Amino acid sequence: MASTTHDHAHDDHHAHGHDDHGHDHHDHKPSFVARWFFSTNHKDIGTLYLIFAVVGGIVGGALSEIMRAQLQFPNNHIVESGQQWNTIITTHGLLMIFFSVMPALIGGFGNWFIPLMIGAPDMAFPRLNNISFWLLPPAFVLICIGLVMGESGSGWTLYPPLSNATYESGMGMDCTLFALHLAGVSSLLGAMNFITTIFNMRAPGMTMHKLPLFIWASLVTAWLLVLSVPVLAGAITMLICDRNFGTAFFDPAGGGDPVLFQHLFWFFGHPEVYIMILPGFGIISHVISTFSKKPIFGYLGMVYAMVGIGVVGFVVWAHHMYLSGIDIDTRAYFMGATMVIAVPTGIKIFSWIATMWGGSIDFKTPMLWAVGFLFVFTIGGVTGVVCANAGIDEAIHNTYYVIAHFHYVLSLGAVFSIFCGFYYWIGKMSGRQYPEFWGKVHFWLFFLGVNLTFFPQHFLGLSGMPRRYPDYPDAFAGWNYVSSVGAYISGVSVLVFLYVCFRTFTSKAPVADNYWGEGATTLEWTQTSPPAFHTYTELPRIH
Amino acid sequence: MQLFRRLFAALTLILMAPLAVPGWGAVYAQAPKAWEMGMQPAGNEIKRRIIDLHDLVLVIITLTTIFVAVLLAVVIVKFNAKANPVPSKTSHHTGLEIAWTTIPVLLLVVMAIPSFRLIYYQDRTPNPDLTIKVVAHQWYWEYGYPDQGNFSIESRYVHDEDLKKGQLRLLDVDNQMVVPVGKNIRILTSSPEVIHSFFIPSLGVQRYAIPGRTIETWFSVDKPGVYYGQCNQICGSEHSRMPIAVHAVSEQEFKAWAEQTKKSADAGQPRLMAAADATAHEIQR
Repeated sequence: MASTTHDHAHDDHHAHGHDDHGHDHHDHKPSFVARWFFSTNHKDIGTLYLIFAVVGGIVGGALSEIMRAQLQFPNNHIVESGQQWNTIITTHGLLMIFFSVMPALIGGFGNWFIPLMIGAPDMAFPRLNNISFWLLPPAFVLICIGLVMGESGSGWTLYPPLSNATYESGMGMDCTLFALHLAGVSSLLGAMNFITTIFNMRAPGMTMHKLPLFIWASLVTAWLLVLSVPVLAGAITMLICDRNFGTAFFDPAGGGDPVLFQHLFWFFGHPEVYIMILPGFGIISHVISTFSKKPIFGYLGMVYAMVGIGVVGFVVWAHHMYLSGIDIDTRAYFMGATMVIAVPTGIKIFSWIATMWGGSIDFKTPMLWAVGFLFVFTIGGVTGVVCANAGIDEAIHNTYYVIAHFHYVLSLGAVFSIFCGFYYWIGKMSGRQYPEFWGKVHFWLFFLGVNLTFFPQHFLGLSGMPRRYPDYPDAFAGWNYVSSVGAYISGVSVLVFLYVCFRTFTSKAPVADNYWGEGATTLEWTQTSPPAFHTYTELPRIH
Repeated sequence: MQLFRRLFAALTLILMAPLAVPGWGAVYAQAPKAWEMGMQPAGNEIKRRIIDLHDLVLVIITLTTIFVAVLLAVVIVKFNAKANPVPSKTSHHTGLEIAWTTIPVLLLVVMAIPSFRLIYYQDRTPNPDLTIKVVAHQWYWEYGYPDQGNFSIESRYVHDEDLKKGQLRLLDVDNQMVVPVGKNIRILTSSPEVIHSFFIPSLGVQRYAIPGRTIETWFSVDKPGVYYGQCNQICGSEHSRMPIAVHAVSEQEFKAWAEQTKKSADAGQPRLMAAADATAHEIQR
């Protein structure tokens, strides 16, 4: 690995643990601009990603509050037109996926803790890491242009013909597509960096089967990104060409096929949902093991369940397209393959419970989020089994049942794991501890709010309410009202979270190296809180 | 308070709906209901089978969720730091690991067998009694009857200001799709411009309408009445304003309706005739 950074004296010092030259000034920090804008330090880049994710999440969350306000009553006029509505829902989806969940779990926690947990001084390609991050802010600006211009009303799935130049003629749609290109390149570069780092820079003695589960999760995630994002890039490049350069990849009038786009999109899109949840699996594993004061139960099963989810996740994409006129036998295959995913997911749920079983559990805030995760992820998982049945899907496809299902695994599952990681590691990252009481208030408010928001949506979906509707028949009013109230409670809980951040960063109390005690056994707990600017100048040895 | 007023209004509308379908007198109407928590009741055998399978799956997933919740509760009560100060060091149990791999597999097999049967049943009908071409437009439906004299009708939502007493907002339409009860109706969906989805919850039928291809499915209706559905794939700014209303009538009534509608189509609305082949025209464009 050292060969990759030989040219750069600065990195080189610290890549070699035995190089005494760099030791005396290993905590020297560059000036503000050099540190935050030209950063090559994995911790600083991780911090940038986390701040970015909070901003993305707040904007995306604000959009969801507007959506719930519009849907609180039938015949409401908070959102002025159907086009404006469609733009809002499109941007909400894209922001939450590409600009909040992924930057937090992969860019944020991944950058911070992959090197710290495997005993590496930094990522393999620090400059690549810098550009991975700095591709995101321009992407965010582009997507906001699409939102403000009100011209990206295709839904986050971007299906042509609705997203082509005839039906969405404005430049805003192109901005949104280019935003995805930038975000995609960012993820790809990051993923290559992760894979190289994990394969080549593990501390001596850390074999693959001794890797912490968060690292395994990040590794599988990075592979999913490397294999799926180029397919999305191809699809949106073809779409951009259809829009601007007279091609007809997806236009039947020119011999193209709109369903081709759906295949390409979901070949990316389905692995994408595992990209969003796998790092969360890793975090939950560490938190449960730490607070139960027990090693993780069935480590190998956990590892290969994630690998299995990753592999099978690539061959189930057309379950998003049961109604697109694909052949019945093809549908039967995709249905069977999709159901199979329930098995490794079940292994993970039961292994987490078995880890807690016999433990001596401290219910600190991170553990509350972890237990909450198990509960909501189970609900989201089992409704996924319902959706997998192509026959039932005919009655619930594109309804609020699907909205409820994927928000239970993502808005609840992935976001719970993000907050779980935040409370678990914020003391390590910042050297300041969060206020326990307010952390618990945050958890309970959020738990109440999101369940109240999304559980009634199962009922709406079974009853037949279609998604992406700014207005609905009056019979759906009741549960929509409940759902909106839940969204407001979740909104308040975000304010509590911001207060928690404020209290954390203004607290003065020093934080110990390993403030969770005996249960926290991974390498980051051997470092100070916050860790030195450059860590592992002496490589640790794993026995 | 406003909520309850609206709910009351919605309930009233639903109860009144059968009285208000123009020309047909009081008929059964199947629309979503306020505070409904499950699927809309079945209007045919397809939906009955969907509900049966969903009930089976719902029992399995509910028991699974309760099982997980109970385990979590036990863990919280028995294995908190106070109740159990010394943690065990167990991290393997081969028997358990085999159990939680194989039992879910068995449960999935229990689900999968009826599930595979269902999709082959609902895919298409071997013996269609008539065919209806469903052409989806921005933002209305066009229903073509190629084997009833090749006429077609256009179906648009009733604007709020035109709603008659008892009509359902965003569900009632000007021209309903009329079908005979008890017959197997082959549906061919297509669209000349963007993707839509033809979705009638109570009949257990849904298919995308995609430009450049024709997709086949089918349904039947057991008893006379109006069965409501909606467009279910984002199709632009008026996506929420292209509902579907299927009116099932007896065969004689259907024949009479078809004849009369064909006459008026022949007389005054030549556009409708051509529109039945809209997709083909669009492709040649």
